[in-house]
Amino acid sequence: MSLPEYHVKLPDGSIEKQTTTLNLGPTHPATHGVFQNILELDGERIVSAEQTVGYIHRAFEKIAERRPLYQITPLTDRLNYCSSPINNMGWHTTCEKLMGIKMPKRVDYLRVIIMELARISDHLICNSVVGVDTGAFTGFLYVMQYRELIYEIYEEICGSRLTTNIGRIGGFERNFNDIAFRKIEKFLEEYPKVLKEFENLFSRNRIFMERTQGIGGIDGQRALNYGFTGPNLRAAGIDYDVRVHKPYSSYEDFDFTIPVGKTGDCYDRFLVRNQEMYQSLKIIEQAYRKVQEFKGTDADVFHADAPEYYLPAKEDVYTKMEALIYHFKIVMGETNIPAGEVYHSVEGGNGELGFYLITDGGRSPYRLHFRRPCFIYYQAYSELTKGSMLSDAIITMSSLNLIAGEMDG
Amino acid sequence: MPLTNQQIIERLTEKFGQDIFDIHEPYGLLTFTITKDLNLKVLRFLYDEPDLGFTFLTDLCAVHYPDNVGKELAVVYHLHNLVENIRIRFKVFAGTEQPDVFTATGIFESANWQERETYDFYGVNFVGHPNLKRILNVDEMDYFPLRKEFPLEDQTRTDKDDEMFGRGNLIGLN
Repeated sequence: MSLPEYHVKLPDGSIEKQTTTLNLGPTHPATHGVFQNILELDGERIVSAEQTVGYIHRAFEKIAERRPLYQITPLTDRLNYCSSPINNMGWHTTCEKLMGIKMPKRVDYLRVIIMELARISDHLICNSVVGVDTGAFTGFLYVMQYRELIYEIYEEICGSRLTTNIGRIGGFERNFNDIAFRKIEKFLEEYPKVLKEFENLFSRNRIFMERTQGIGGIDGQRALNYGFTGPNLRAAGIDYDVRVHKPYSSYEDFDFTIPVGKTGDCYDRFLVRNQEMYQSLKIIEQAYRKVQEFKGTDADVFHADAPEYYLPAKEDVYTKMEALIYHFKIVMGETNIPAGEVYHSVEGGNGELGFYLITDGGRSPYRLHFRRPCFIYYQAYSELTKGSMLSDAIITMSSLNLIAGEMDG
Repeated sequence: MPLTNQQIIERLTEKFGQDIFDIHEPYGLLTFTITKDLNLKVLRFLYDEPDLGFTFLTDLCAVHYPDNVGKELAVVYHLHNLVENIRIRFKVFAGTEQPDVFTATGIFESANWQERETYDFYGVNFVGHPNLKRILNVDEMDYFPLRKEFPLEDQTRTDKDDEMFGRGNLIGLN
């Protein structure tokens, strides 16, 4: 796109520049110093944008090279911390793929429930923050109580809320309790209505539409070239979803559709995320029903039979020699991992979250690389905002759902 | 008929012959190594040929093998054909003495930051990259931290040597 001539006219011979340099922010919670956008402005119009990332880089890939596998799970929490359970499950499934551990169906379904809850909490924050940036605070506060409910469900399952470290390689640390199931039921019952109200508040709202339609748009080919994945790619009209293309955790057992947009702008991204929340609800409902179908001893299955990697029950550790040995070996990180090379990815809140793991037969990875969707598509930000107004840059940023933790790794 | 690993490798060997080697399929993912200077030609071939159509660069990263003298750094590309839904992985090896590899930014915009990241951590010099500077680490850093010669732990510690991780003396730790 060719820009018009600069609007600011300087007197002849002036050495001032015609554009204004602006350090954008703080608007997004992460612009309080975690990442930086330097804009060149002509009046209110953006001439160019330069992004700087890396302020919360924590060297996870290096740290992972000195840790046993189970100690890497807490590192993955801190990638996209709005949906850490997906990252945890992604890591567990990667390790299981490497070691060839087959999960019982019930564990897969429980995982699906948790991952879809996490996806809802991720999308819900993103969409409500887009609302906040267009001047509508109500939606944000209203849906927040349902994120709280999701966090309470995590709490029942693993004891923590934000950085969950949920599950283990080989299953869950314990079975879901009744309170967890009751809370999931409560969520399934109440949330659809809330989501509908939330949608009504925005999707046909004149102000919201004017602020988001045609803003920060990208076409499908460009989005692919920029490595977009997840809702941002789907908003541009390309129906790539890892859950369908490379199913993991028995996603092939569920019936759901992939919502796609057309223009790839902020409005389409908003709609795609909203529709995905409905689809996630549909998946949770099916998974919940499937879990309820397990009766008797089948209903107590919450982990695979993988004694070398899965911590034995505490009472066994005190009474059985085998269990004691495995307990010691796992806790001390003395289990040798089979040598191999594996790439595995899951559909994270922001797109394809990949784990490229190389092991050499030692007790920690030889190399672990995270494919962090945010980091890859944030490159497009300067192209998306070029020529738009300053206030559009802010909405574009929040509707891309940039999570600094995932960006910096 | 869906595209198979076998067909892909046939097409590639037909075009590039002996420059494609070390072909294997760990966990079903076609993996091969190519001569360093051919990386762009192979990427372009995989991208342009209508029956191959690897138009999505999933991931680009590097691995350091200090014992592999002369070819210490591996740059790993993961490509995805979204229509046929098939992934492949290929590697090029470069020495730390002169780690020059051609940039993929001409084909994939997404390679830009991924190559900067790879440069930042491994020092791979992507020839032709428009803006090859550090991205996650501080600009003043004068080493490439993910290379194996930089141990993570405090070097004065004796209780946590690499024996504990099952692979004996790591270079740089002694």
